[in-house]
Amino acid sequence: MGDIARLVGQRLGLGLIILLVISVIIFFMVELLPGDIAQAVLGQGATEENLAALRKEMGLDQPAIVRYLAWLKDAVTFDFGSSIVTKTPVTEIIGERFMNTLFLAAYAAVIAVPVAIVLGVLVALLRNSIFDRVANVATLTSISSPEFFLGYILILYFSVKWGMFPAISSLSEGMSFGELLNRTFLPALTLVLVVVAHMMRMTRAAIINLLASPYIEMARLKGTPPWKVIVRHALPNAWAPIINVVALNLAYLITGVVLVEVVFVYPGIGQALVDAVSKRDFPVVQACCLIFAATFILLNLAADVGAILTNPRLRHPK
Amino acid sequence: MASKKKEVLLKIADLKIEGYSDETWVPIIKGVDLTLHRGEVMGLIGESGAGKSTIGAAAMGYARDGTRIVEGSKIEFDGMELTTASESEKRALRGSRIAYVAQSAAASFNPAHKIIDQHTEAPLHYRIQKRMEAQEDAMDLYERLRLPNPKEIGFRYPHQVSGGQLQRAMTAMAMSCRPDLIIFDEPTTALDVTTQIEVLAAIRDIVDQFNTAALYITHDLAVVAQMADTIKVLLKGNEVEEASTEEMLNNPKEDYTKSLWAVRSFESPQRHRPKDATPLISVKNVDAAYTGGPKILDDVSFDIYEGMTVAVVGESGSGKSTTARVITGLLPPSKGEVLFRGDPFPPDYRSRTKDQLRQCQMIYQMADTALNPKVKISEIIGRPAQFYSGLKGADLKNRVDEILDLIELDPSKFYNRYPSELSGGQKQRIGIARALAAEPTFIVCDEVTSALDQLVAEGILRLLDRLQNELNLAYMFITHDLATVRSIADEVIVMQQGRVVEQGPKDDMFTPPHHPYTDLLLSSVPEMDPNWLTTLLEERGVDNVGDAAAAKIDPNDPKVQGTNA
Repeated sequence: MGDIARLVGQRLGLGLIILLVISVIIFFMVELLPGDIAQAVLGQGATEENLAALRKEMGLDQPAIVRYLAWLKDAVTFDFGSSIVTKTPVTEIIGERFMNTLFLAAYAAVIAVPVAIVLGVLVALLRNSIFDRVANVATLTSISSPEFFLGYILILYFSVKWGMFPAISSLSEGMSFGELLNRTFLPALTLVLVVVAHMMRMTRAAIINLLASPYIEMARLKGTPPWKVIVRHALPNAWAPIINVVALNLAYLITGVVLVEVVFVYPGIGQALVDAVSKRDFPVVQACCLIFAATFILLNLAADVGAILTNPRLRHPK
Repeated sequence: MASKKKEVLLKIADLKIEGYSDETWVPIIKGVDLTLHRGEVMGLIGESGAGKSTIGAAAMGYARDGTRIVEGSKIEFDGMELTTASESEKRALRGSRIAYVAQSAAASFNPAHKIIDQHTEAPLHYRIQKRMEAQEDAMDLYERLRLPNPKEIGFRYPHQVSGGQLQRAMTAMAMSCRPDLIIFDEPTTALDVTTQIEVLAAIRDIVDQFNTAALYITHDLAVVAQMADTIKVLLKGNEVEEASTEEMLNNPKEDYTKSLWAVRSFESPQRHRPKDATPLISVKNVDAAYTGGPKILDDVSFDIYEGMTVAVVGESGSGKSTTARVITGLLPPSKGEVLFRGDPFPPDYRSRTKDQLRQCQMIYQMADTALNPKVKISEIIGRPAQFYSGLKGADLKNRVDEILDLIELDPSKFYNRYPSELSGGQKQRIGIARALAAEPTFIVCDEVTSALDQLVAEGILRLLDRLQNELNLAYMFITHDLATVRSIADEVIVMQQGRVVEQGPKDDMFTPPHHPYTDLLLSSVPEMDPNWLTTLLEERGVDNVGDAAAAKIDPNDPKVQGTNA
């Protein structure tokens, strides 16, 4: 177990370095955006003096490297500065929205991951049957359709025609958890449809890949029933690739939801990012990008650790 | 013996099996009959492609993916016709009344579960025993099979247990429901000779104790002679002949059987070291380890002279292949050096010159995986010729043709083929050709014949010997097969735990006295005498063979006096 702790430590350290590199890239990418921030804030009619005063106030007259270091110093303590547009602290703007995004991602993941794995096991068991083909075609269709299209179709049927769920996922203070689940069901379902196919197909492929192994033949020759061959003998050895695809899809649930948020008017971080980019609110943009990068790194770390924990050779050394 | 033969347990009649390849069904088994009585052990022998394993699986009513049992075949197990039985009826027999022991226990145990949980799976599934009972029974079987720590060993994962122990644990697992019949599919082929003995002894005992019938599948005649009451010889899906073991060993009737029995007629005359010559390759006090791992080689020193064959023998893990990697520069040593004609060779192949690189070539065990399946034969051989000798165009083609002629393959037939279109022996010849194309003086042959059938292997050995005489090549011949050593080596090096325990000319090495480890290796090679195993166990004691005996020998033991060092 000490080995795993050391590995996690190493990966976390490496993750921090990657994050640092990403922060440099993000900071200077924002620098490269065309146009002048002071001009954007004050509008076309601003005088040269006003512009200069604002630049000084915002520290824009300093060299980029000095501003980066100052920003980094604060960012380490989770102080991402204040929004240029609203002057409120960045953490205040995106904190709650990030929580909303996390909630929606968790909601979708809780449905999508078990469904994908159970479906994957089933299609592996019934491989090349009608069920296998139908499941494949259905999930491929859902993954190939654009999310906004899926979202609108769901709205059309579930809210407009059948009136089962609200079309707009507005959140209000003090609403019950049940109400929350009800209001966010459609965006969550859209995300589920988008991510299930990947995970299901990987589960199927990883299991079928193992079916030619001698230990699977051994299990069959021991008289093990087919479902048990898959669940007990193939699945435990197939986790590593499955976990990796699950992690990638979870990351997508957090960082790739902007279209779904827009369709369902859901107050998540994706919308905040789009708003900030269009208004050149660079402290918000930087903070969002950094959060996304950290999400990817953490989920990949979790996938690596998960792959190790499910590998008996690494878990029980000689 | 007579009482054993009373009741027929398995009766196979006109068994035909087809395999799907190139979009047609081709026959694999072409009408084989087989009758096995309760408690009887029948050996099925033959070369690869004879259909031994396929028959073994068919005895369980099982056809592997891509094969099918042809209608009209009859497989009757204890009164039940398996060819017409439903899947679930057949499944109910497997594991409970017919059990299977596979070739590689390491691959056939599920890496994700403890050994004992896999053992108890069948008894629990068939509700023969409760979990605790089944576990106690497993421990009892482990003890009968003489596994160390029988109470504890089952709670380990397969990768934590050695190959020989796993193979016995798999035999125990096959016994878990006390089946009437066990199919042993080459159960000791993947093991070292020293380990093989204890597994053979354990299998023979337990089959005897429970009066279990068995089909024992192997390509090794000496092994089957120890295990079987009757022997059936197969060739390309047909039966050649069947007789009791004694009868078969003493008077084989068919020519094919006789050719199998005439093992290793080939022996090259032993050469001696030239006087006052500089060795071609000189390994000096080499230590080596893989990154972060323990020391694999410990103070290894030996010389190889021009035009001579040095065989390196030892069990798996003794450091034979690692030594080859050090010489070829794939693994720089942590201490010591390799000299070529008296001059130091750069330790890392990347810092060797083209001319230094060309001197050492390699031929690998698995010709299948050592040849790129997407590259034509002409290019496999042409590339080193182009790289080392700068040949182009017509010159290159002539050179490739010349090399193909050297390895006795018709250039016009093989020039444009892909490796997958070749047989195992032909692939190995291409491997040799690729090494020759560099025009080396020294070739490492890493278990080059161990994946081949005996007759094919002999052809390869003859070829290597001829090439050596024509081109004055030196070989380092890594093998665990002492019969191969006897036929081709000039000098022998015995390795144990990364050390050289004994070295010398072949004639001396095969004449006692030996180092205790050499002695163990030599005495562990099965002989064609059906009483060989019994005699050996009586002489040595059942606890003094295999791993246990090897563990008692310290590589530092002095060589027995009189041995040539």
